[in-house]
Amino acid sequence: MKTVFEYTRGMRPVTTTYCPGCTHGIAHRLVMEVLVEKGLLGDTIGVSPIGCSILSHDYMNVDMCESAHGRAPAVASGIRRALPNKTVFTYQGDGDLASIGAGEIIHAAHRGELFTTIFINNAIYGMTGGQMAPTTLIGQKSTTGVDGRKKEISGMPLRISELLATIDGAVFVERVALNTPANVRKAKKAIEKAFTVQQMGLGFGLVEVLSTCPTNWGLSPVDSMTWLEENMIPYYPLGNFRCPEEVK
Amino acid sequence: MEEKKLMKGNEAFAEAAIRGGCHLYFGYPITPQNEIPEYMSRELSKHGGSFVQAESELAAVNMAYGGALTGHNVFLSSSSPGIALMQEGISFMCSAEIPVVMLNISRGGPGVGGIQPGQADYRQATKGGGNGDYHVPVFAPASVQESVDLIYDAIPIAERYRNPVMILADGMLGQMMEPVTLPEHRAVRSEAELLAEKPWALNGHGDKRERMVIQSLHLKPEELEAHNMHLEEKYQSMRKELPKYQIKNCKDAEIVFVAFGTMSRIVNEAIDQLKTEGITAGLIRPITLWPFPEAAFDEIDPSTKVVISTELAIGQMMEDVKSAVAGRFPVELIYRTGGMVPTPMEVARRAKQILEAIR
Repeated sequence: MKTVFEYTRGMRPVTTTYCPGCTHGIAHRLVMEVLVEKGLLGDTIGVSPIGCSILSHDYMNVDMCESAHGRAPAVASGIRRALPNKTVFTYQGDGDLASIGAGEIIHAAHRGELFTTIFINNAIYGMTGGQMAPTTLIGQKSTTGVDGRKKEISGMPLRISELLATIDGAVFVERVALNTPANVRKAKKAIEKAFTVQQMGLGFGLVEVLSTCPTNWGLSPVDSMTWLEENMIPYYPLGNFRCPEEVK
Repeated sequence: MEEKKLMKGNEAFAEAAIRGGCHLYFGYPITPQNEIPEYMSRELSKHGGSFVQAESELAAVNMAYGGALTGHNVFLSSSSPGIALMQEGISFMCSAEIPVVMLNISRGGPGVGGIQPGQADYRQATKGGGNGDYHVPVFAPASVQESVDLIYDAIPIAERYRNPVMILADGMLGQMMEPVTLPEHRAVRSEAELLAEKPWALNGHGDKRERMVIQSLHLKPEELEAHNMHLEEKYQSMRKELPKYQIKNCKDAEIVFVAFGTMSRIVNEAIDQLKTEGITAGLIRPITLWPFPEAAFDEIDPSTKVVISTELAIGQMMEDVKSAVAGRFPVELIYRTGGMVPTPMEVARRAKQILEAIR
């Protein structure tokens, strides 16, 4: 009998603590499948900063370290400078990357650091319980904005991919979503390219992954997918913002 | 090979770190330590290492954590407000048990303060500016030569305890020129040798072992308590093994000064001045500020009239001096602050006034 699908050895055989319907599981698997397929699993070091996904090191079968809130790009820079022949990635949420770690991600991109960032954008703080993030949409309710985000008070949501695409050192920037099987396949392709860019030493790469947070959105897993499609994608358009010729 | 040179403090400190085996340096411009990142940017790559100018001290300390968790030796330097920004990373590295050596070329505070020498980071360095139950050994050199030696020696100390180590040298030491004998270069270790010595270091599992994790988060309180007790055992070992001090004429002294770093050199001259006036004075010079060398205070003669904490800060070390003296002698304070440095005459005059008031 031919095996058509199996659990990737990039994931450890444990049950995750993520909420039902959370897309972290899909994103984890995509990253790990790419590392397995590229033969990089044994040569990779991952960085998991504060956020729900700090526990990703329990699930991903690679050497990993935790980092303080927002500092993963600085930590990854230090690792990559120490180990120029290894593969390094950060796996960061939007509260972490777009808010407290905005300085670190911009300057890692600016230096063209040779690591890959998987940026999970679910438009809210998950681990701390649903507070407003820089990426929270106008009108979207959060525990620090119970009437919904207002432009006059909190400004417009921050578009990280568009911002980073203006930086020369960020040679690969793509926004993907995990709401449909077709989009999941596209997400994997983008992650694969981002790691290729690192392997080729071309510069910094980031894949922004539009994700769901049913618990803090107050929606069912299925409704969350619909909400992502109807609300997030119009404001955060999917697609590639920067890609070097070598990996097109 | 050892080498004798006349060097500016900051440059000698950077050279000592390179000779000690520092492979990575992460820095950010801040006065009065700028010669260190400048020197590292020129020299470190000649020895196979890497220099990165970070976007902030916050990034620098986190880069240091990243570099050091691979087993490579990392050196960091900054000055007072920059060290304040690094506290997040220092607490984190203590928790994650990652060794780095840090140098604070301290200046006057609080806040942005000034750029002249100060010792008002004493409390920040010894009591911890970061959160949680942790300690960092702090060494306080009094000359360019001693700074060089302590930086060189701090590297294996940090490795041995898997803990950050700080050298607290004030701006005077960083900016002065003195003759210095530079130690020989430590042998460069191969990647395999490093990993054999530091089996905790991350390098990728190579499909040969279980994946490893370096962490600071312990969500279960019983687990965190056990981890903190493990750290405390290391701190207890440090308390036994690290205290270092120098003592001068404490046998028959009426006054015993306690001073570290630049201030101890001024006190030494004040002691000579007092001698010409018929007053015998001695000095306890803590070389480790944490652990504080309490044993030194047992060497004070019972006939001593007063112990004077002499600082470029307003009584910060005095708290530890009082604790070490434990009521055996009156403890007084002589200080200047904000970047002001007293002359030996000024210290002698004020010490004499204190002694007369006590007599």
